[in-house]
Formats: sequence, structure tokens, C-alpha cells
Amino acid sequence: MTPLLELEHVSRTFGGLKALDDVSLRLEEGEIVGLIGPNGAGKTTLVNVVTGVTPATRGRVLFRGATIERLSPDRIAHLGIARTSQIVQPFPRMNALDNVAGGALFAGGCRTLAAAREKAHEHLAFTGLSDVADQAASTLTLADRKRLELARGLAMNPKLLLLDEVNAGLNAAEIDSALDLVRAIAARGVTILVIEHLMKVVLNACSRVAVLHHGQLIADAAPNDVVRDPKVIEAYLGTKFAARHAARLA
Amino acid sequence: MKRAWLIGPAAAVVLLIALPFIGNNYILRIATSMLMYVALASSWNYIGGFAGYPSFATAAFFGLGAYAGGILQFKGVPMVAAWLIAGVIVTAFASAVGRAILRLRGHYFAIASLVIADVLREVINGMTGVTGGGMGLNVPVMKIDVTTQARLFYAAMLAVAVLAVVTSALLDRSRIGFGLRCIEQNEDVALRLGVHTARYKTIAFALSSIYPALAGAVYASWVSYIDPAEAFDVLFSIKPIIMALLGGAGTVAGPIVGAFIFQAMEELVWRNFLSVHLGLLGLIVVLLILFLPQGLLRHRLLRPRMRPLLVKAP
Repeated sequence: MTPLLELEHVSRTFGGLKALDDVSLRLEEGEIVGLIGPNGAGKTTLVNVVTGVTPATRGRVLFRGATIERLSPDRIAHLGIARTSQIVQPFPRMNALDNVAGGALFAGGCRTLAAAREKAHEHLAFTGLSDVADQAASTLTLADRKRLELARGLAMNPKLLLLDEVNAGLNAAEIDSALDLVRAIAARGVTILVIEHLMKVVLNACSRVAVLHHGQLIADAAPNDVVRDPKVIEAYLGTKFAARHAARLA
Repeated sequence: MKRAWLIGPAAAVVLLIALPFIGNNYILRIATSMLMYVALASSWNYIGGFAGYPSFATAAFFGLGAYAGGILQFKGVPMVAAWLIAGVIVTAFASAVGRAILRLRGHYFAIASLVIADVLREVINGMTGVTGGGMGLNVPVMKIDVTTQARLFYAAMLAVAVLAVVTSALLDRSRIGFGLRCIEQNEDVALRLGVHTARYKTIAFALSSIYPALAGAVYASWVSYIDPAEAFDVLFSIKPIIMALLGGAGTVAGPIVGAFIFQAMEELVWRNFLSVHLGLLGLIVVLLILFLPQGLLRHRLLRPRMRPLLVKAP
């Protein structure tokens, strides 16, 4: 079976900086995969490469077997790849409903604005935003704006959803409900790549975890194996700690 | 009564139809000019209001339309046919130029669009054989009496203005219009949602060239003499922007209201303070930016009637 998304030896450089260095990664349909790594590891760059915002300088990106690394972001969105941003970016002067309707109308494939708004109502209800549908996006709380990003991503009717730190800046209770939401989305058959700093989220929700460090993929395994991987511990906590940790285990 | 607000527009329609029969030639000339600016301001609104791209290309479209129409008529093409061909030529031109300069954003786009008129002016200045160069171009005058002429050009400008406003209303409700609003708010996000931004912007830019081109061609026949400096006057770019902003950019009614108010204001100022009228207009523009940055139609007194799409930023 062809994987849903496949990265083959993907590199992306910014001037002299190698943000992604020869990364190969596969996502099977229906998986929830976590992508972790210290700050500056290249996680967001990977999302940008997949969505066509900053195309790969080398390597291939395949979506359902077809190469997409030369396509523009709007084409890729129409293929069924949606994302949320680390820094939420709603259309500030539109209300929540129309923010979501935008996703449904374009990549989501709704024919008319009325149909898109109807779809948008469903997604707002699903994400618990029905009460604020008429409010300008700029007046929503951070937690609600994060949900709005999710609702908009869902409205695009994606096969693959890339969640770039949807939980950053949320409190514990908000994270729990966001986590439930992610699981509910996966239950609908959407494949999800979760970029996350919070290990709680990664360990609870993901079937597999990939780890980036300095643009290189240093681990790709089940969550519980990844947290014991010496290379991962070293990347997060430094060589000294990794050596001490290894000695303690031995 | 719920439909009470319809009285205003209904009265305006009756007045527009009755005007050629009740107004004298002076009134008719002002009205024709107002309608021309309704067309220009509404057209600017497609790209400048809906899509948020500050275009200064209106004068280029207007001037090119005026010259295309004038030259065609000079060569013997019937008047109305000349107008329509001018419209087609300019729209094709705008589509081609648009694809190139719509990659730029903000001030960069504004400057690029501003330069189009300057380039065209110099080209037409240089093509003395066809355009008459700096000497100007005489457009054949129809052999009918002055009042009939005034009525005819009034009707022609009315048609152009109505088409421009109808296009605006259709765009406002359409998928493309929604896409343009997304572009206006955040183009990168619009792209991410699957809005084909390059195509949509080019469509908006091309649409915004049609009616200025037609208005320019009608204008050339109306005044029967054009020269490059006048036809490509930068004021043809700037006034429509002020009008749209005055009424409310991004709304259908805004540019109409703005065009009427601005033209009325200009006529009064011009008549009564001839020597300082440009200075006074400048002052009005400054006051407008300071106190009505969102336009008249978005003023809080009128806001309850606004549609949810136009919620104001806090």
C-alpha cells in the first residue's frame, strides 16, 4: 500500500543553514504521528515543506503516491493537506463562521458560500465554538482561536492534518480538551501529524513519534521507545546528562 | 416600516432617469461626471477594497481606454463599437500587466501600478503619427444638437456606472469576492486555504480595468479632444480612491456614496474657492483619514445595519 505521505531525502536550506537535512519519513493512512524536537530542530520547516510554503531544496515529497514538492500552497490545500499554525492566523476582521467557511469554500470544495457556511456551522459545533460564531476572530480568546484554526483546517476536508503546536500557550484543562478534539478528529479517519513540545500529549495521543534534531531525523519509533532512546535524551538534555543516564541504566 | 430604507435608492433611480428631461446642460454635465466617478470608484473597489491591493492604475485604464476609443473613432469605427473595442483592449492589457505586478504587495504594488500610467503617457506622447502626441487627438464630433449630445453621453455614462455597480454587487456575493476578502485580510492564509490567489487577484485587477476603460472611451467622445497629460492625469487614479475610502472601501454602496459626496464637495469648493480649491480638498482628505478611516458607511451611526462579514476590528 502506498503511504499517505512520504518524504524522500528531503533537505531545505536557508542560505548556509540546513533547516532540514536529508529527512525521510512515511505516514500511513489513519496514523497519529508525533513530531518532536528541540527549538530550531526544523519541525515547522517540515510542515512548510509539505504544504508548499517553503518548497524543499532537495528531495521528493509524495502525497498518495503523487509528487507534490513543486506545487503551490493553494494546489496542495486542494489535494487534501491542511495545517494549523503555531502562531494563530485567523482573518481578524471576519467572524468565526466566515473564517471556517473560507476553508470549506475553497479547499473544502463547497460550491456556494451558503453551503460553505452551513458546513462551517457543523465544524464550529464540533470544535465547541458555536457560541462565538458571530464574533470577530480577533476578539476570541487564545484557546478559542486555536480551536478556530482546527475548525478551519477541518473545513478544508483534509486527508492529512498537520497540527503545528496547537497546544502551545494553553493551560492544563484546555490542553485536555484539545487532546480529546485531536482524538475525535483522528476517529473521523483523518491522518494527523502533531508537532508538539508537551510529552504528555505525544505519549497519550500518538502511535509513533519522529524526532528532529538540527534538521536531521534522529529517531522514528513508538513513543515509549523514543523517550528511552539515548540520542533523543542527548538532543534534549545534553551529552553530560545522557552519559550519566546511560551509566545509571547500565 | 422595515423597507423604509428603500425610499432613498428608489428616489435616486427616479431622479437618474428623469434628469435628462428636467436638468439643464450644466446639471447634466455634473451628473455625467459624477456617474463617471461612480464607475471609477466602484471599479477601484474590486481590487483596492475587496482585495486590499492599493491600485493607482485607474488613470492608466482610463487614459488607454480614451485613446483606444478616440483613435478607433478617428479611423472611422462607429462610436459605440469603438467604446466596446477599447474596453476589450484595455482589459487584455490589464490582465497581462496584472499577472506581473500583482506579485508585489503593499507600497511596492502601489508604486508599480502608479507607473503604468506614466509609461503609457510617454508611449502615446511618442507615437505622434497615430496619437497626435503632445498635440492631442481630436475625436470626431457628432452632428447633433448640444442638448441631445449631453443626454446621450449622460445615458452612456449611466450605463457604464450601472454595470460597474452591478459587477460590484455580484462580486460581493460570489466565491471570488469571498476569496478577495480573504486575500485582503491575510494573503498567506488565503493561499493556505486553497484560494488561487494569483488568479483571483488578476481577475479583480482585470475587472477593475473594464469600466474605467469604457468611461475613458465615452469621455473621449464626450469632450471630443484628449491629450496625454489630461487623459493620464494622476487625479483619475487618486480621486476614485478617496471616494471609495470616503464611502467605505470593500462595500458595494461605499464608492457610490463617496463619489457623490466628493463630487458635490469638489463642485462647491471649486466654484467658490477657485484659487485654493486643491488645498481645501487636501484638507478634506486629511480630515477624512483622521476621523473616518473606515469610511462613512462603517461609521458607528450606521453600523447596526452592517453585514456580519464586515465586523470591525477592535
